[in-house]
Amino acid sequence: MSELIIILASAVLLFAITLWKRKSPANLREIPALTRLYRTLGLSIEDGTRLHISLGSGSLLDARGGSALAGLALLRHITERTSTSDKPSVASAGDPTLGLLTQDTLQAGYQAAAVEELYVSTSGRVTGLSPFGYAAGAMNIMKNENVSANIVIGHFGSEAGLLTEASDRENMILIGASDELSGQCVLFANTQDALIGEELFAAGAYLGAGTSHIASLTLQDILRWFVILALLGGAAAKLIGVI
Amino acid sequence: MRVFTAVIAIAAGVLVLGGYFLPALADVQTLLLNWAVILAGTAALVGIFNLVSVHSDKIRRQEKGSGYSILLLISLVVTFLFAMILRPDHEAMNIILNGVIIPIEAALMGLLTVSLLYAAIRLLRRRADFMSLVFLVTAALLILGSATLPFGNMPVLGTFIRPWITQVLALGGARGILIGVALGTLTTGLRVLFGTDRPYGGN
Repeated sequence: MSELIIILASAVLLFAITLWKRKSPANLREIPALTRLYRTLGLSIEDGTRLHISLGSGSLLDARGGSALAGLALLRHITERTSTSDKPSVASAGDPTLGLLTQDTLQAGYQAAAVEELYVSTSGRVTGLSPFGYAAGAMNIMKNENVSANIVIGHFGSEAGLLTEASDRENMILIGASDELSGQCVLFANTQDALIGEELFAAGAYLGAGTSHIASLTLQDILRWFVILALLGGAAAKLIGVI
Repeated sequence: MRVFTAVIAIAAGVLVLGGYFLPALADVQTLLLNWAVILAGTAALVGIFNLVSVHSDKIRRQEKGSGYSILLLISLVVTFLFAMILRPDHEAMNIILNGVIIPIEAALMGLLTVSLLYAAIRLLRRRADFMSLVFLVTAALLILGSATLPFGNMPVLGTFIRPWITQVLALGGARGILIGVALGTLTTGLRVLFGTDRPYGGN
């Protein structure tokens, strides 16, 4: 039952913070990778080159769905901004349900930009159903479709190394984030700026995706303090023999 | 339509979540999860049609790398026909899986090893800062500590430094990162439940 209380309290807090954040401006610390991502979006539109957004092979039916949903939120925002570019963005997914939502999100982005007639259904793709199969298909997009930057955000394991290698070969920018430790490790070693841990979920807030994203960050900070206090309290209680 | 899809998604999400805590909702939760599994299977078919459509387009436009697209479509059709005629558990299907798909994935894994080694070598050129140095020194210490000598583990490195790094520093850091990811997942899930993030049903 404690889980239910945590979820309900978080929901109430998120609602309250969203209402509060509508009135007060957001004050976010600088994350170099997200600053770079913001700049990359603008450059891609100016250059008339394509962005490739890789959403990984996280299924929406298990615990990896969180990173996939964060990736979709980012995709929606990027699509809205780049839909009128000469070379509109292309997105790839390694899970069929995520692939369907990728297409739906891309279409929603075009609708929001009032250019739905420019939407092509093949700009959202399922490139493979196993992690390495997916990476191989995504590498093909990087190589052959005039891509200038890759945004790798979602559930990636060590196969992220293949994507970073392909990106390096083609002299492309790659901004990466994964919810998997092995993926984060590979991205840290292979990219200039990697997003570590919960920074993956901050991308929407930094790109101006809405007040609810900023409220999410505040809620994460509050919950993090609770976790820290619980950890320290638990350690102290264990030390003095209470538990 | 937008409101309709949002109502369905939010109601399904709340019922599935509620099923974990309220026994009265357990049957509804199981039913909805079974529907989700069926839909995921259907989505796999849609994904395959998407793959065929993308590569057919490439072949029609004679784009760069369309030779690979032809190969992909031929392999897809042949494997599909074999599986339909012989059934998926036939020996020939096992040969296709064990003799082609698994070795190709293993080869990609091998390539990954080389590319990761190369990335480690280039790390300081790409980002010459303190954390990169820590990363490289830690990796070197762990690899050295894992190496076994004829008389056993490497003294100090293998018996003290490596276990201390992996079980204290790395484990603590990993747990911190995973707690952060879990909090992010929770807030993202709540946004979807509230309907403020709607990756479905159009604009």
